[in-house]
Amino acid sequence: MKEKILDIIYETLDEINEVLGERQKIEKTKGAKLYGKNGPLDSLGLVNLMASLEQNFEDYFDVSIIIASEKAMSQKNSPFRTIDSLSNYIKELIEEELNE
Amino acid sequence: MNDNQIMIITGASKGIGKYLAEYYSKKGFHVIGCSRKSIDHKLDNYHHFILDVSDESEVKNMISSIRKKHGKVDILINNAGIASMNHALLTDIRTVNKIYNTNFFGTFLFCREASKIMARKKFGRIINFVTVAVPLNLEGEAIYASSKSSVLSFTKILAKEVAENGITVNAIGPTPVKTDLIRSVPEEKIKNLIQMQAIKRFGEFSDISNIVDFYISPRSGFITGQVMYLGGV
Repeated sequence: MKEKILDIIYETLDEINEVLGERQKIEKTKGAKLYGKNGPLDSLGLVNLMASLEQNFEDYFDVSIIIASEKAMSQKNSPFRTIDSLSNYIKELIEEELNE
Repeated sequence: MNDNQIMIITGASKGIGKYLAEYYSKKGFHVIGCSRKSIDHKLDNYHHFILDVSDESEVKNMISSIRKKHGKVDILINNAGIASMNHALLTDIRTVNKIYNTNFFGTFLFCREASKIMARKKFGRIINFVTVAVPLNLEGEAIYASSKSSVLSFTKILAKEVAENGITVNAIGPTPVKTDLIRSVPEEKIKNLIQMQAIKRFGEFSDISNIVDFYISPRSGFITGQVMYLGGV
């Protein structure tokens, strides 16, 4: 599942990168930074990424998830730091939904 | 312009919502309405969902199914609203919860979920409903007016937050219109309220659709974060 999640994140990044400036473009690697210290996304960029991700994951896994939830915001280490941390967090959300 | 435009109207089973659903479906918009109860009207270009606007998963499912079917949401009209007139000191907390659930939380949920779809298309028009009870600070309407004040602040701030995505967010503040919303308000109170207006008459449904027409016009893309009160309030 983790690989599929990464694929969907990368596909979504293609869409997001299209509208980002050259310096803001996000690398498609697990370690790439997203948001926070030295991350390329500003809050609007993060909002757009999350909105597109929710829709893409919903289409693929047929689950309804809200990525920017209180759970995400209250974590000691933000899940939005890197692609890897985001994919781990999304995997958790999808598994929770599928097990419900 | 309106061909194939997808318009969501909350609280579409009666009153202003029902009128707007009829008005815009006749104009060729594809209207998707919702309400807690089933509807007694049948319209072309219309689909109805039965849900509670303050239920997050129901709202999310509705918006998601619209996205899957139509791929977009062009216009959202957050019309669903309830009122309860009473002295603040005589108001039960359950009434407060009920009013805020529909008026504010419902508006918030629809704005949040629809904006996510609109953001991807870089286009959207959101219209929220407030009331003249907000600027008039009407006694007996502390809870209703404060819930709508929340909607007003939310409208103005959301307008800034989504502007870069091509989404405008505006509000309409109707005067009393002859609907179920004011059925329980004493006639004397309504008369007094109308006397506070510059133009002293009830609002008509067409007064509302006139403002909606303006906000959703392709030429209104530079108008956001505004509220328009009817009747000269």
